[in-house]
Amino acid sequence: MVEPLLLIKNLHVAIEGKEIVHGIDLVIGAGELHVVMGPNGSGKSTLVHTLMGHPRSAVTGGSVLFRGQDLLAMSPDARARGGLFLAFQYPRELAGVPLRSFLYAAYKQHTTARNMRPRSLLSFQSLLAEEAERLHFPSALLDRPVHVGLSGGERKKCEILQLRVLRPALALLDETDSGLDIDALRVVAEGVQQLRDASFSVLLVTHYARMLQYLRPDHVHVMIGGKIVESGGPDLAQQLEKEGYEKWTRVT
Amino acid sequence: MTPIFAHINRQILDTPNPAPYAKGAKRGVDEEVVRRISADKKEPKWMLEHRLESLEIFQEKEIPKWGADLSSLDLDDIIYYARPFDYAQGDTPDDWAKVPEDIRKVYDRLGIPEAERKVLAGVGAQYESEVIYHKLKEEWESLGVIFLDMDDAVRKHPALVREYFMKCVPSSDHKFTALHGAVWSGGTFLYVPKDVKVRDPLQAYFRMNAKNMGQFEHTLIVADEGADVHYIEGCSAPQYGSQALHAGCVEIFVKPGAKARYSSVENWSRDTYNLNTKRAIVSKDGTIEWVGGNMGSGCTMLYPCSVLAGDGARCDHLAISFANKGQWQDTGVKVLHLAPNTSSKVVSKSISKNGGTAVYRGMLKVASHAHGCTANVQCDALLLDGESRTDTIPDIQIRNDDVTIAHEASVGKLSEEDVFYLTSRGIPKEEALAMIVNGFIEPIIRNLPLEYAVEMNRLIELEMEGSVG
Ligand SMILES: Nc1ncnc2c1ncn2[C@@H]1O[C@H](COP(=O)(O)OP(=O)(O)OP(=O)(O)O)[C@@H](O)[C@H]1O
Ligand SMILES: [Mg+2]
Repeated sequence: MVEPLLLIKNLHVAIEGKEIVHGIDLVIGAGELHVVMGPNGSGKSTLVHTLMGHPRSAVTGGSVLFRGQDLLAMSPDARARGGLFLAFQYPRELAGVPLRSFLYAAYKQHTTARNMRPRSLLSFQSLLAEEAERLHFPSALLDRPVHVGLSGGERKKCEILQLRVLRPALALLDETDSGLDIDALRVVAEGVQQLRDASFSVLLVTHYARMLQYLRPDHVHVMIGGKIVESGGPDLAQQLEKEGYEKWTRVT
Repeated sequence: MTPIFAHINRQILDTPNPAPYAKGAKRGVDEEVVRRISADKKEPKWMLEHRLESLEIFQEKEIPKWGADLSSLDLDDIIYYARPFDYAQGDTPDDWAKVPEDIRKVYDRLGIPEAERKVLAGVGAQYESEVIYHKLKEEWESLGVIFLDMDDAVRKHPALVREYFMKCVPSSDHKFTALHGAVWSGGTFLYVPKDVKVRDPLQAYFRMNAKNMGQFEHTLIVADEGADVHYIEGCSAPQYGSQALHAGCVEIFVKPGAKARYSSVENWSRDTYNLNTKRAIVSKDGTIEWVGGNMGSGCTMLYPCSVLAGDGARCDHLAISFANKGQWQDTGVKVLHLAPNTSSKVVSKSISKNGGTAVYRGMLKVASHAHGCTANVQCDALLLDGESRTDTIPDIQIRNDDVTIAHEASVGKLSEEDVFYLTSRGIPKEEALAMIVNGFIEPIIRNLPLEYAVEMNRLIELEMEGSVG
């Protein structure tokens, strides 16, 4: 059997002493796109933060293997260099840190980790310009500090811009669709879909099925109260959009 | 932005590097020492008298007790004057080979020009950067700019020097200005004539005799009416003091309509007390701009001061200080609005790390007749960990109602979320911290000349070494 890209077993996570994620099992294979949907506060962001190594997420049980390695033993930067990427639900403003030089530094870390020769700064600039254009991300913003003064939608685009430059093996997209206008949603979703191949997988957290018209999901999971309560195919997303979570919230 | 200082750390910078001439030199200061300095320098009588008067004041004054803790500073154990070698004999020993390998590496990585390194390492005191220097020198001379070593200026332009010397910062100011007045040696004299605008910044190391790296150096700048000049003091590379005390003095006279900009980064070795006095007097419609960084020294008391003496005078201060383990950085800006319609702007940023203490001690005074003044003070402190400390002690005295004052102070802690964001992109934590700190001081760095800004960022990275684990 081919080893899955990500293998989560019975993961428990606490924040400030309070358990938020109560035993999650999830397997993501190479090239797959998984969707996690669930009500506010059900622990979706906590789950993806934990996978990225957020210092406040305390893993209280379970294990995670990423490309066969113990992900939980790695620092966030090592996880990133190992091919994991998190597009944040609320991308932060980083005062005084220019996007261009920050991203070049990150890019060089990635290429070095993959034993590749990085592009020169000049060649990197053109890559960046090209990617910005594809996402309709104003190039003037490349010289601004990361996210400072950017609109909600611009920030989400900026996250996907970074994803496209860093080329991870697994992208965790935390509500990347929220805050994007109709056209931006399409551009961003296509920007992700276009990367899809056997060496790129996605875990998408979302509240709406709208992004899925561009991204064909393989699996959809429902997360409620820190647990995955149901998994299914793409149809599940449509169903959730119509019926909501009442069915499970009444039970749990 | 890969860490440039992968294999070196702050300790290397602080490796003691005893100056070759310090052996057997006399410690402490008295009339004999002062007379010998003056005689050695073949000074005119008035300068000797000034030194002796200053010595008297020094002996009377108490060590200030209001600032940093100076109780372990032993003023009798300092070598106030030692002749390294005889310039007249053309004797310029080159002990570069004796400079520790590691220190040479630091200079390499900072990209410090060869000749300047020698000065910094305390083994070279005379140098001519033939090509650049001579070209610039011709240009300055054709403009009437005087740019000399302070010792030389006293001999070559006695009347001009005497008119201004310690008239902005008098010896009677405090114990260390008095000491400075008695034992000062070397430094820079810069005179820019009326309406002359010097395009490129003047840097101390362009001077033929870069003897100003001493610890009691005197910098005297006069920007005459309508002149425009930017002077850069030393450089940001670590400086090795053979003595535990640095008591320099900077005086700047900005004449009507003139503009002067003074940039410096002080980075003395950790065992140094940096008690430096810097002040500018700004006449009608003149402008002074200060850009300063302070790191290194274990204990600093440094409060650059602008005296806005003429109608419409302006000042702009940008300051950064970094307090690392065991350091007490007591800095601040003083602005005196003594004339109507004067304006001031102060931006100060401090970083405390590893138990270091950064104190901002600012003073803002507006005289009763100084109507229509504008003052803007912003001081931000960044604490990198729980053990480090910061304090803001403003002294604001406004003597009339017709002024616009804004005073903002903020203390920020290093944000775990910011660090997480950067590391989640594959950037190692130490580098991420340096990025955040460099981002914090960016509003100041932005105003530095490019090479200087790059150097400053590298120094911050160096200070950030060993921040993790
Ligand atoms: N630092 C914290 N301290 C205490 N509780 C927290 C903290 N962070 C998150 N929580 C709680 O953990 C729960 C899960 O939060 P999380 O952000 O993972 O939800 P989510 O599923 O992403 O919600 P949303 O759809 O609104 O983004 C929430 O009840 C939240 O209040
Ligand atoms: Mg969330």
